[in-house]
Amino acid sequence: MTSHSQRSDGPRRQSDGNAPEASRDGQAGQAGARVRFVRRGRAEDAPPLRDDPAPRWQPALLILLLWFLVWMATKGSDTLALQGRDQTGIMHALNDFRDSMLRGRDTNPVMRLSGTIADGFRGLVAWLQRLISIPAAPRPVPEIGWLGVTVVATWIGYAVANWRIALLVLGTFVSYGAFGYWSDSMDLLIIVGISVLVCVLIGVPLGILAGTSRRANAVIEPVLDLLQTMPTFVYLLPIVLFFGIGSASAVVATVLYAAPPLIRIAAHGIRSVPPTMLEVGQSLGQTRAQQLRKIQIPMAKRTIIVGLNQTTMAALSMATIASFVDGPGLGKPVLAGLRINDVGTALIPGLLIVATAIMLDRATTAASERADVIARGGGLPARVHRGILLGGAVVTLGALYLSRLMFWAAQFTDHGWGRRLAEVTDHAVDSATAAMSPITSGIKDGISYAFLNPLQDFIAESPWWLAFAGIAALAFVLGGWRALAPAVVCLAGMRALGEWHNAMITLAMTLVATVMCMALAVVIGVAMARRGSVDLAIRPILDAGQTIPAFVYLVPVLALFGPSRFTGIVAALAYAAPVSIKLVADGVKGVSATTMEAARASGASRMQQIRLVQLPMARSALVLATNQGLLFVLAMAVIAGMVGAGALGYEVVLGSSRSEEWGKGAAAGMTIVLLGILLDRIARRAAGPAPEGTRWFPVLRRRGH
Amino acid sequence: MKVTTTRPLGALAAVAAVALVATACGGGDIKKAEASNSAASSSAAGKKCATINMAVNPWVSYEASAYVVGEVAKTKLGCQVNYKELKEDVSWQGFGTGEVDVVIEDWGHPDLEKKFMKDKGGDGSAIAGGPNGNKGIIHWYVPPWLATEHPDILDYQNLNKYADQFKTSESGGKGQFLGSDPSYVQFDEAIISNLKLNFKVVFSGGEAASLEAFKKAEANKEWLIGYFWEPQYLFADVPLKAVKLPPFTAGCQDDPAKVACDYPDTILQKVFSSKWAGQADDAGVALMKKFQWDNEDQNVVAKYIAVDKMKPEDAAKKWIDANPDKVNAWLS
Repeated sequence: MTSHSQRSDGPRRQSDGNAPEASRDGQAGQAGARVRFVRRGRAEDAPPLRDDPAPRWQPALLILLLWFLVWMATKGSDTLALQGRDQTGIMHALNDFRDSMLRGRDTNPVMRLSGTIADGFRGLVAWLQRLISIPAAPRPVPEIGWLGVTVVATWIGYAVANWRIALLVLGTFVSYGAFGYWSDSMDLLIIVGISVLVCVLIGVPLGILAGTSRRANAVIEPVLDLLQTMPTFVYLLPIVLFFGIGSASAVVATVLYAAPPLIRIAAHGIRSVPPTMLEVGQSLGQTRAQQLRKIQIPMAKRTIIVGLNQTTMAALSMATIASFVDGPGLGKPVLAGLRINDVGTALIPGLLIVATAIMLDRATTAASERADVIARGGGLPARVHRGILLGGAVVTLGALYLSRLMFWAAQFTDHGWGRRLAEVTDHAVDSATAAMSPITSGIKDGISYAFLNPLQDFIAESPWWLAFAGIAALAFVLGGWRALAPAVVCLAGMRALGEWHNAMITLAMTLVATVMCMALAVVIGVAMARRGSVDLAIRPILDAGQTIPAFVYLVPVLALFGPSRFTGIVAALAYAAPVSIKLVADGVKGVSATTMEAARASGASRMQQIRLVQLPMARSALVLATNQGLLFVLAMAVIAGMVGAGALGYEVVLGSSRSEEWGKGAAAGMTIVLLGILLDRIARRAAGPAPEGTRWFPVLRRRGH
Repeated sequence: MKVTTTRPLGALAAVAAVALVATACGGGDIKKAEASNSAASSSAAGKKCATINMAVNPWVSYEASAYVVGEVAKTKLGCQVNYKELKEDVSWQGFGTGEVDVVIEDWGHPDLEKKFMKDKGGDGSAIAGGPNGNKGIIHWYVPPWLATEHPDILDYQNLNKYADQFKTSESGGKGQFLGSDPSYVQFDEAIISNLKLNFKVVFSGGEAASLEAFKKAEANKEWLIGYFWEPQYLFADVPLKAVKLPPFTAGCQDDPAKVACDYPDTILQKVFSSKWAGQADDAGVALMKKFQWDNEDQNVVAKYIAVDKMKPEDAAKKWIDANPDKVNAWLS
């Protein structure tokens, strides 16, 4: 339930009773809100349709024309392209900052504090690792072997949820061992567990603060925006500086990435407690603290649990990135597969990450619903349930005991299944890519020469002042003053950081990728909305696309397209398209049945139905999908830089791997952030009278479903 | 509610207590292994061995060296070896914090040496560990078919003649020069601009991508020129041909922006954390100091890992078992 939908429905706010779902689907709920009035035949209550008095594309076209004319005369001058290893003053300054921090490792109070924190995390992780994942010398195996851990986890699954979850947990844990990744899987769970715990300790209080105090929210919100727009690689640079390599950095990076959704959703939960409830409390003489404790937090509990779920998923998706700084976990074998160009090796741990995500998602969801199920009288009789729990506890203790004593219960015997499966996969993918690569390189060349190169020539070969003025003017005609101001600030920042030329190249790639993303989203999304069977077939693929680490499909994509910008675009599409597709599908589905009936009755063909009724009515979903697509694509800029796409992404990779280029990488990272804010602000304002719901975008951006 | 939650908990605690007692005095095969482990470590031939944190930089031949010497330390000396997959720069930063003890194959990083080695003016957290026996050869290479059909391409002065052939969608009208992982020692952009070559560097992103590109270029007779290096197991299958650049002279690479010469052959070095290497009487330190092998040995193990897809530990073990003489020389 976003505030937007509340407003549009007026005082008769619908009691959907699915608040958590609405915020999980985020915009789908919001997109549906605009359509809902049609279904209810309450058009008089509807917000005014956004028919602009003067279409905004006309002045925009004029600006582009002017830009083009000036470009003809000036192209190639003042592009601020950096030659090779050139660095600007600000990059040197950043380098010096890094050096002084490093030198002050033992004296600088900030460095000493971060060092102490890092030691704490490292110690905790090492302790847990000896408990369940690595040999605890002098024992040749961990303190608790696989059998013990698996049975304990299964028992917990039953205790907090139900037997179905218990089976899911059992299956997941057994597959960790069966495919030969037991220890890496345990490491992953340890890192995710600690990170989520820290997220809760930090995030819930911050969320409550942001939910109760407008002033605190004004500070917290932009920080969260920043954290979520920044590609994760960018903050690995400073994190390694302050927390060293290894598990401590992995935890810190994961927390920074995973905490924002929890903070946002918790704040939203607190804010959406109806004011009447608070008034009741007030009239009873409650203090503010009492209100918070007795009314707001209990009522927001459900929403906060949804936030927790989002945070857990986000923490899992950091797994591979954290491995770049030697964070333990399943990301390591994924990266190893990338190193030897072996899809099979990367795919299996990748799928285990997906399986872990499914397990944790279903388990936390079921656990949060359990109270309701019991309240409604569902589930087993309490006595039977207790009996099973107790019996399970005895079995669990037996398993623990065995796994401490016996090798077979402590160490998974490797039957080589994982290896064989990896070989088969690798072989299949190899022959498939070899067969397809002539076609795919044709596609790559086609799109690169027809769209990417001309657009890049236009934007990046413009003198910087021309591109600056052009983008600012476009921001103004599309979004008015409220888009112009942030645009100018961002552009000025990008200019100052010295990565202007690369930023423009990245911008061109981002735009092309977004257009392709939206093309896919409309075609597939509409098909999904119109046919339930298509939806059923495609949705699991989309889910997997969102959870599987990008590095898994980097290998085949690289084999298909070679190192190029287009490869980067394809990788970005694989990541961005699922979200946009889902948003479009949900938006189109939201078009009311009666409207469609009327369209059909008036004899509209299928194409006409789509073009004239469904797409226009799903407009806000389309706008949102575009915005999301843009930001998702940009979030992949750094990964694109690893597969030959160059520009800003490459500079970040360079900075994280070469000490003398650190400052350059940091500057490029900040430029990506500015570019993201710039695009987001323009897209948001351009989409109309600032739908308030878009403030939710980052939650969605990270976890689209 | 209270009662329902505490009752199973109480029972649980009771069972737990019983189980713990049973574990403490029970037998079982792990107990025996544990006992023999602690006996072994207390009687280990006089010399102790501290933990070794081994950086594993992202190319396969490095991995081969790291795991071979690491597995020797593990199995023959009983050291605890932690492998850490890190890029070069981050590895060096780890010397000071105790997170990294050994870099087994360093291709030369003057910038890092200045920062971390005492004799170069750094903080002294790193110390040179001597050559590891491998010789690093970096050049610009073309696939063999190209060298056969256009032999004159092997001289840089003729490259501009062919620049058009190397054009791709990425190279902006110039010829494409394939760079590799940005973390490697590369001066190609400077060399190209200083030699006035009509080429543009496009980075493949890593070893695997470069390797794949050269394999594909040879198989499909595509035009390709790029940065590559030996020791590399690819040369056994696809003997890439080097393009001659102005020869390396001492100091010609000192200013990265002004480089206009070929890469020197590098005697690859070991680098240690000074604190770790300073431990007297440590068997692990002695082993790392002694470790040396040649390019051929390394290629064998690298091939086990990358082509036969063996786990690095298993690949190392296979080589160790087949070469007891060489291994014993490191241990004596």
